[in-house]
Amino acid sequence: MKASKLITAASLILATSMGSTLASAADKIRIATEGAYAPFNMTDENGELVGFDVDIAKALCAQMEADCEIVAQDWDGIIPGLMGRKYDAIIASMSITEERLRVVDFSEPYYSNVLAYIAPADSDFDASAASLEGMTIGAQRATVAGQYLEDELGDVVNVKLYDTQDNAYLDLGAGRLDALLSDKFPAFDWLRSAEGEGFEFKGEDIDIDDKIAIAVRKGDDLKDKFSAAIKAIVDDGTYAEINEKYFPFSIY
Amino acid sequence: MNWNWSVIYEYMPRLIDGVWVTLELVFLSGLLGLILAVPLALMRASHNRWLRMLPFGYIFFFRGTPLLVQIFLIYYGASQFDAIKESALWPILKEPYWCAIIAFTLNTAAYTAELIRGAIQAIPKGELEAADAFGMSRPMKIRRIVLPRAFGIVLPAYGNELILMLKSSSLASTITLLDITGAARTIIARTYTPLEIFFAAGMLYLLITAIMIGCFRLIEHRLNRYQHYKVPTEPGR
Repeated sequence: MKASKLITAASLILATSMGSTLASAADKIRIATEGAYAPFNMTDENGELVGFDVDIAKALCAQMEADCEIVAQDWDGIIPGLMGRKYDAIIASMSITEERLRVVDFSEPYYSNVLAYIAPADSDFDASAASLEGMTIGAQRATVAGQYLEDELGDVVNVKLYDTQDNAYLDLGAGRLDALLSDKFPAFDWLRSAEGEGFEFKGEDIDIDDKIAIAVRKGDDLKDKFSAAIKAIVDDGTYAEINEKYFPFSIY
Repeated sequence: MNWNWSVIYEYMPRLIDGVWVTLELVFLSGLLGLILAVPLALMRASHNRWLRMLPFGYIFFFRGTPLLVQIFLIYYGASQFDAIKESALWPILKEPYWCAIIAFTLNTAAYTAELIRGAIQAIPKGELEAADAFGMSRPMKIRRIVLPRAFGIVLPAYGNELILMLKSSSLASTITLLDITGAARTIIARTYTPLEIFFAAGMLYLLITAIMIGCFRLIEHRLNRYQHYKVPTEPGR
């Protein structure tokens, strides 16, 4: 029975190879980040993932003495991918929100975020309710900024949602947007770049008590491990070192 | 797994809003593409070598590059040039809607032109000879014989092209348009129920496709009605 022998052999090979991937998956923590959210996570000229989130992820893995693999994943599929076990944690500047808490667990926060408007420096946009009427305002899809626009200003302004923060910057530069609502720190970085010339923060920061943390699947004990590791790198000064690399002020 | 029907029910109105955007995109660019494709196809089928070569570069580019790249070039690329931002075209190019229409039109016109060219060349020689024997002028021959026959031949393939267009139109969601896919992705960003919402979106696409197939059946039946001629069994009664 040649055929059945072949099948047995094939299934044996399959079983051993699957066994080995399962084993390596068990002791390796796979971490997803977006890779299009400078300076928190982006891809450098060599195609490597770099940025604040990536540095934090590496520091946490070193602290936990874990073997980690960092992968890139588009933002609007990043939570479905976690739920689908494509990776075990998300370290991608993700805000803790009520909606997300229904589907994932979050570690203790590793930085705090506020929202801010950016507009051309010469525009008279001042973020007051009166000046917002009828404006076209952009934000990245599936972010707290996008949600804030839809919930708080959906009836007043024309909301445009982008797949990546980079595309939103492009359209702001192209003049298709009157203003962009964004997390403040990445915008701070963009305003310092050549593309950001001629733009500035407008109006007051919007503090929506936004905490950034690591997302893991519901009930996963990685949550407590990450929380402990965050506390450890804050205490031993590793966090401050990474912070200083990107921002001249503390974002913790 | 817990499947959540109520989320589909709750967000269906927003998906339906997306259906209208999708339909507008497909039919407007389908129509404009067809109008553009006919002269291109006639040029491609011409006996004059230079006339034949003219649309080649355009068709080669639009068939040879991904539609997503074409959309990005038109939407994000064109807006990087100050010359375009200061031109009279900017009010149109500023709108993602028109950028999508332009990209889809140019893309579908390139494919459709090649389909029609094939159909023109598939017209039986005898019918063209008959037209010549009647002493028809070239424009009259094109109007009365070539185009009507070519449309009959191209119809099944063109129906296919429009269905492909329907699905390609989901790329409009990448330039902030809220078509079916754009609406679905925006809803999922809030509910985190990708399975349910994409299932609903898929069903809507399926429904539109089914209606399109039905319409094309009807038009085919009408345009190619000579194929359905049956000899009456009892003549004269």
